[in-house]
Amino acid sequence: MFGQKTIKAKVFYLIGVNMQFRWCLLLCCWLGLSAATHAELTIEITQGVDNPTSIAIVPVGGQGNAVGEDISAIVAADLRRSGQFRPVPREDMLSLPRSASEVYYRDWRILGTEFLWLGNLLRDAGGGYTLNFELFDILSQKQVLKHQVSGGADQLRDMAHFASDMIYETITGIRGAFSTKMIYVEAFGNEKYRLMRADVDGARPTLLLESKHPIMSPAWSPDGKSVAYVSFETGRPAIFSQVLATQERRQMTNFKGLNGAPAWSPDGKKLAMVLSKDGNPEIYVLDIASNRFTRVTRHFAIDTEPSWTKDGKGLIFTSDRGGKPQIYQVTLASGRVERLTFEGDYNARARLSADGKTLVMVHRHNGLFHIATQDMASGDIRILTETHLDESPTIAPNGAMLMYATKFRSKGILAAVSLDAGVKFRLPSKQGDVREPSWSPYF
Amino acid sequence: MLSSALKQSLGLALVMAALAGCTSTSTVDGTGNAGTTGADTDTSTESTVSTGSAGDSGLTTRGGQMEESAPAIDTVFYFEFDKSLLNAQSRAALTAHAAQLKSSPRSIRLEGHADERGTREYNMALGERRAKSVRDFLVLQGVDSSMIETISYGEEYPAMRGSSESSYAKNRRVELK
Repeated sequence: MFGQKTIKAKVFYLIGVNMQFRWCLLLCCWLGLSAATHAELTIEITQGVDNPTSIAIVPVGGQGNAVGEDISAIVAADLRRSGQFRPVPREDMLSLPRSASEVYYRDWRILGTEFLWLGNLLRDAGGGYTLNFELFDILSQKQVLKHQVSGGADQLRDMAHFASDMIYETITGIRGAFSTKMIYVEAFGNEKYRLMRADVDGARPTLLLESKHPIMSPAWSPDGKSVAYVSFETGRPAIFSQVLATQERRQMTNFKGLNGAPAWSPDGKKLAMVLSKDGNPEIYVLDIASNRFTRVTRHFAIDTEPSWTKDGKGLIFTSDRGGKPQIYQVTLASGRVERLTFEGDYNARARLSADGKTLVMVHRHNGLFHIATQDMASGDIRILTETHLDESPTIAPNGAMLMYATKFRSKGILAAVSLDAGVKFRLPSKQGDVREPSWSPYF
Repeated sequence: MLSSALKQSLGLALVMAALAGCTSTSTVDGTGNAGTTGADTDTSTESTVSTGSAGDSGLTTRGGQMEESAPAIDTVFYFEFDKSLLNAQSRAALTAHAAQLKSSPRSIRLEGHADERGTREYNMALGERRAKSVRDFLVLQGVDSSMIETISYGEEYPAMRGSSESSYAKNRRVELK
């Protein structure tokens, strides 16, 4: 219950100078890389649960006021975004306790507060910071969490997200995912495309790649260190993988036709993908170390959008072999193919939840494209979203939320919804069209 | 005299079209903004196509009726949602293209596109299927398949922005370049 964790320097701000391209120098003309950009995404919560837990996130004491980030505000925003919490407004707080001895439970009970969080930020000798924080259960009048986290001056947001994760897990029993990241594509008309990485709240957007040609289908590697994506920079679609820390890029495929939909195996050693080099779109698996491709599907229809089962022994994919796009599953060892979806005339780009019990996919209903889940056991379909150009669902590593791309006021934006559809929020972009989110694993 | 001038200008237009077709895949930064993006390519296609007809009409105003003026053949072929079947209009235009390509062979590029509905990678496959449907038709008409390159852009380069059925109809297409 009492512990300490130091956030290591995991946040790499990418500098576009030390780029190592394995590819021809021409790339340098096409791919201008610059330092971090400012395409911030802002959060708009559109729906929360009916009875969110009331929690007071007291402004951080110590040096909390003297630093660039408002840690308490970040924590409160994290918890509010989960939809399961209703942070008490600061102006309603009757006192601002700095320690357990200053917590007067009755004051908070009057407000209907169920939990109270307080923290103190101290500057370390080395220039870094340490945040000590405590969580109290107001009803049972107990301290339920006491923790410490340290980091550099540029890691205050990470420290805040860490506190949010701890609070979330202590109260809900589910591991928090506020410290995770996302990668997405940002397009400016047909002229400029960017591959971006940001915190899941949209803060600290960082440029990974900029191109005059489309960038598609980013997929985060299971160790969180690399991203695979499709780039048209060579004049044709090709799959690249890029190490996030070093920006080192490697072209994985260069076949005639489609080179798309890369998906890392759970062990990170293989990439499933679609190639049409043999005539029409088929699913292949690339063994990365040996650079050997194995063909998985054999059908004259479209087979695409592979995604791994959690045990790495099978793939789910989209195929229109039945006349319309539906989700199928193939067992790699036997090659046996089984159809998974039957409801509706368009089910595509499916992903399995972490527990393997739920299929998340793009589902057409009354001509509109929504994100839907299908219970793997019962086959029941549930539509999670009301907007109608929804695509690219990506599930948080804790399985609580999923992010997807949609249109809002004719602009491409990201939005999120809980897997039970109870919580929804949007992340509108201030700049280009934002799409194709990929939620990181835990780091 | 006029007709030879016309032939010359048409020939030039064809060469330019071929050149545009070739260069459209690689970015040439030297020519200013001569980009390769869909919008640019679209307009360059349009301009190469209209180069012929512009010369055409320019001559017409000066010299009257042109007997030999070859009507411009459609270079964009449209499709139904999630379909790659060629309609009658496309087949007619492609038959004319095939005749032309057989008499004066050149390399062509077929660019397949989809509207924004549905998933991006599925739309990549759909764009490819449409491009191949056009290719197969041309090959069936006797065009050398080695002269035809196909590429899909999926929904990445819409010809028309917006989320209306009229935009979608314009975006589900194959462009011959």
